[in-house]
Amino acid sequence: MKILVCISHVPDTTSKINFTNDNTAFDTNGVQFVINPNDEFGLTRAMWFKEKQNATVDVVNVGGPETESTLRKALAIGADAAFRINTTPTDGYAVAKELSKVAVDGNYDLIIAGRESIDYNGGMVPGMMAAELGASFVNNCISLEIDGTNATAVREIDGGKETLSSTLPLVIGGQKGLVEESDLKIPNMRGIMMARKKPLTVLEPAQQQTCTSSVKFEKPAPKGAIKMVDADNIDELIDLLHNEAKVI
Amino acid sequence: MPVLVYIESENKMFKKAALEVASYGRAVANTLNTSLSAVVFNTEDCSQLADYGVDKVLTVNHSNGFNAKVYADVIAQAALKESANVIVLSSSADSRYLAPILAVGLKAGYVPNVVELPKTQPFSVKRTAFSNKAFCETQITTEVKIIGLSNNAFGLIEHPTSLQSEAFSPQITSSDISVEKVDKATDKVSIADAETVVSAGRGLKGPENWNMIEELADVLGAATACSKPVSDLGWRPHSEHVGQTGKPVASNLYIAIGISGAIQHLAGINSSKVKVVINTDPEAPFFKAADYGIVGDAFEVVPKLIEKLKTFKAQNS
Repeated sequence: MKILVCISHVPDTTSKINFTNDNTAFDTNGVQFVINPNDEFGLTRAMWFKEKQNATVDVVNVGGPETESTLRKALAIGADAAFRINTTPTDGYAVAKELSKVAVDGNYDLIIAGRESIDYNGGMVPGMMAAELGASFVNNCISLEIDGTNATAVREIDGGKETLSSTLPLVIGGQKGLVEESDLKIPNMRGIMMARKKPLTVLEPAQQQTCTSSVKFEKPAPKGAIKMVDADNIDELIDLLHNEAKVI
Repeated sequence: MPVLVYIESENKMFKKAALEVASYGRAVANTLNTSLSAVVFNTEDCSQLADYGVDKVLTVNHSNGFNAKVYADVIAQAALKESANVIVLSSSADSRYLAPILAVGLKAGYVPNVVELPKTQPFSVKRTAFSNKAFCETQITTEVKIIGLSNNAFGLIEHPTSLQSEAFSPQITSSDISVEKVDKATDKVSIADAETVVSAGRGLKGPENWNMIEELADVLGAATACSKPVSDLGWRPHSEHVGQTGKPVASNLYIAIGISGAIQHLAGINSSKVKVVINTDPEAPFFKAADYGIVGDAFEVVPKLIEKLKTFKAQNS
């Protein structure tokens, strides 16, 4: 089984979010970048398939040279080879098109992407890839088993979960549940050394078709001060929620 | 060219988020000086849509239940039939599942997490980004445009119409995925649909202490949720974990009990309108992100809150 894991290079959750150029661009100054958490759950599940079912696992990312550290981390975790599509991602559709080309060229059986990236939160790349590839698609995937060419996946739905069966090729939008937080691997020194020797191929982008463009960013208005209520005065809280906030 | 909304129902009842999509769709139609059409699956009585501005509803019978590819294909056919070039969906798990497939099918630009009405010329929408730490104005440059509306961002707006109903029999494509099993609690409000969410963290000290959280949720008609450590410890099911890697929450009221407010947690719940924090530690970061706060022991405050709310509900019902 050949697995392709799509990796998004995103600001660490604790980063301060600021914008530059008259609020038209994200300010990367001093920002630490990481593997998108939803992608990392998928990558870790892919490592399980590699160990137990002899899968090969490649990783791919759309981004400039500055994103290679994130791909090297994925290699250190255990991926076999990496591809970097050398362009700055513009919109979800363009990214899905670029990734789909790699998926077709490499003839992958299983394509794992995160349900959404934590920067733009679009959640559209995996579904768009599936549509482009004509592959089956499971979103919000919290469990995945592969037996030959048959796949059993569980997807989270509002208020519960749904077990689905399908066949490869399959695209999933993965999330926590594919593996647990405690299963995530921190690369060890040997992994980091080996990652330096693994192939990281730079590919030139195939097309730049976009459907949307981000024109301007703004930060939410500063929050008003919190109103503190005395623990012995619950009536006041109920009064505030009823008459001021009007939520009960 | 009308605006088209996808109206989700459950057990033949329209979801609140779907009526919000109708309200929003109506406002977009007014901006564009056009009418509002809707597509509805497996629901005979659509009269409620006349209260929220829908002019025409296409009703589809599809007995096999939800399938993202099939539904996306049906909505695409409805869009072509109505010549709609703006399509509005909700932020439900199902809508998020089918929207990217629909977008590729219609060669449409799709923007999710939209919180305001679009601007026209050029057509742009305001969406949340960076896990609610920013907004991004996004232009949609394609002819057909798909908007994913954030839950609770627009609200319900009544707008009576004389609703036309039409049975719609689209071509149903074969599916490459089949549903084996659905596990869904029918007696509980889901976090996604809840107006109020009661959430608790490690401050509760153990899973045996969740009775009072469930009782508080019961009194408020709320969904229960929990922080990441609580789900990692196995005190509560993963499906209750809210935050960056868990479920997003966009309720009207979010009550956090014994949750310190780690940045990953706040990222997931920040779009809730009103936040109440109950915590013993006055330095807990959550107090900086909340609207109302009580410094106190959950084991004393919550039972009192339950009693007072019961009295309040009895007086106001």
